Amino acid sequence: MKKASMIGLLALLILALVFPLLVDTTTTGIAVFTLLYATAVTGWNLFSGYTGYISLGYASFTGIGAYTMALICDHWQIPGDYRTFLLLPVGGLMAVIFALLVGWISLRTRRVTFVVVTLAIMFILESLAFNLSGFTGGSSGIILPSSVWPGNFFNIPFYYVSLFLLVLAIAIAWWIRNSKYGLGLLAIREDEDRARGLGVKTVEFKLVAFVISAFLGGMVGAMFTFYNGNVFPDAAFDINIDVSVALMAFLGGIGTLTGPILGTFLLEPLQQYLTIQYGAVSLNLMILGALLLIIIMVLPDGIVTSAWKAWRRRAALRGTASPISSSVPEEETGVLLESSGGESG
Amino acid sequence: MTAIYDAILTGILTGGVYALMASGLTLIFGVLEIVNIAQGILVILGAYLSYALNTYLHMDIFLSLLITVPAMFLLGIAIERLFIRRLNQSQNRIMLSVLMTFAIALFIEGALNLIFTTDYVSLHAKYIDASFPIGKYYLPYVYVFAFVLSIVLLAGLYLLVYHTKFGYGLRALTQNRMAAALIGIDTGKIAMITVGVGVAVTAVGGMAYGATNAFNTASSYDLIARLLVIIVLGGMGSLRGAFVASLAMLVISDLTTALWSAQWSSLVFFVLLVLLLVFRPQGLFGLAEGRKQ
Repeated sequence: MKKASMIGLLALLILALVFPLLVDTTTTGIAVFTLLYATAVTGWNLFSGYTGYISLGYASFTGIGAYTMALICDHWQIPGDYRTFLLLPVGGLMAVIFALLVGWISLRTRRVTFVVVTLAIMFILESLAFNLSGFTGGSSGIILPSSVWPGNFFNIPFYYVSLFLLVLAIAIAWWIRNSKYGLGLLAIREDEDRARGLGVKTVEFKLVAFVISAFLGGMVGAMFTFYNGNVFPDAAFDINIDVSVALMAFLGGIGTLTGPILGTFLLEPLQQYLTIQYGAVSLNLMILGALLLIIIMVLPDGIVTSAWKAWRRRAALRGTASPISSSVPEEETGVLLESSGGESG
Repeated sequence: MTAIYDAILTGILTGGVYALMASGLTLIFGVLEIVNIAQGILVILGAYLSYALNTYLHMDIFLSLLITVPAMFLLGIAIERLFIRRLNQSQNRIMLSVLMTFAIALFIEGALNLIFTTDYVSLHAKYIDASFPIGKYYLPYVYVFAFVLSIVLLAGLYLLVYHTKFGYGLRALTQNRMAAALIGIDTGKIAMITVGVGVAVTAVGGMAYGATNAFNTASSYDLIARLLVIIVLGGMGSLRGAFVASLAMLVISDLTTALWSAQWSSLVFFVLLVLLLVFRPQGLFGLAEGRKQ
């Protein structure tokens, strides 16, 4: 079993590595966005999914990363080549500094108030990006120095760096999920006051997860800017990024490791396709809205969680349901915790 | 000095309209524990309905409310019956409600873009540009009309919640859903009517918004951000809080515009909100107090 899944993972990785050689430029472009979104959704999930603090302000982090990248490239006129990718962690670090300040304030609030505070903070940043026009260029944005790569090659470096970021994000999420620290985060999700009573340092735990999540978001935002070659306030701090990230995590299964990635791989290409196909007649929003409504009603727990529940039900009917043990993979324990919390409400 | 009085007066007048829109949102939250992200686009839908009746049937915008308010009430009931009712009581209920109402908002936004395009429009009537003098400066009639109508409706809403049998049921539901069901209150019916009423007020809000601003579907994002901030500031579920917070927000915004510049007005308010929540996470009239009354 363990061996089979290792081989499966290896096959997936090889497929991911050769993928851009098999398809055309448009598809690689969509793949770049999908990989970046998958990284962002994994980052969102390792804070919001694990702690239950739903953030609708992930665009704050991606936006800060985006502006950091743009300002540095613009100020020192750094042309787009391989070395520019080394600036990604700088974008991540700026998001981290910001997350430390903001997390300290916003993590005092809970539930709906936290949702609204994160959203309000994103609007503050958007407004600052618009108004500090001497620094950010205001509504005319910042145009980065042009890239050295020709058009037909342009997507390839971005594809592999995005893939690397995604693997990094998954590794971090996997490590957290299987550590004692991750268990502390889950305890906060189930019952924060009790977790504190049991000795979990809730304030520090939440802030660290918030900051790690911000680091990934900052790097993704810097990639967006580098890839697009420009940055604008309403595109960098876009409420649609906030909601999309949460939606993709929910679609796959919030709080699981594979769910957010699966959700992104289904939703992001679909979104891109609808925009390309129907964006001109603005039918894309109606189709997307209707599809999302159906998904939320049919699979309120997300694909991974629903599938696991269905499998367990069948196993229970056959009388072969295994007791929970330490060897149960992360998804499965995540679901158990989630369902026990869900049905008591 | 005149500029300051002017700002305070305009802030109070527009604040009344926002209070009405926010009341719908906060009532829906109180009873159903869901955040209706679609409230912003519903306001815009209300504005477009009045716009269509005004442009194609030459109906007065205040008279058009006789059609748009019942229409939005029915739309609210349909949304509750078709979608919101299917959300179960889970840990993720609030987030699922955000995503579900966002999907509804996307659908309505797409439909409105398709019908009305994304060009800015605004409502027209004789009294929109006409104004009367108060002291040294002139006050447009439409602000006063919209304010008076909003206050009357808010008073009606208050009476409905605190002095009718339906209101008793509604408040029982806010306090404890299961206990309310156990003592024989028809929770499904009350939830349905609450969403109907909460959405119906957007028809009035939308008309007033459209009469005082040029709008398109993108305006809904600014609106929902402001409305969410208002109900969080006032304390989720509290009608009184929504009223006080609306007036405070609009007065502060307008004062910032008068004393500094328009582009900083919403920023100042968001910053104040964040600072307030550091010291008082439950908002001005926090949940516990709001629910007790």
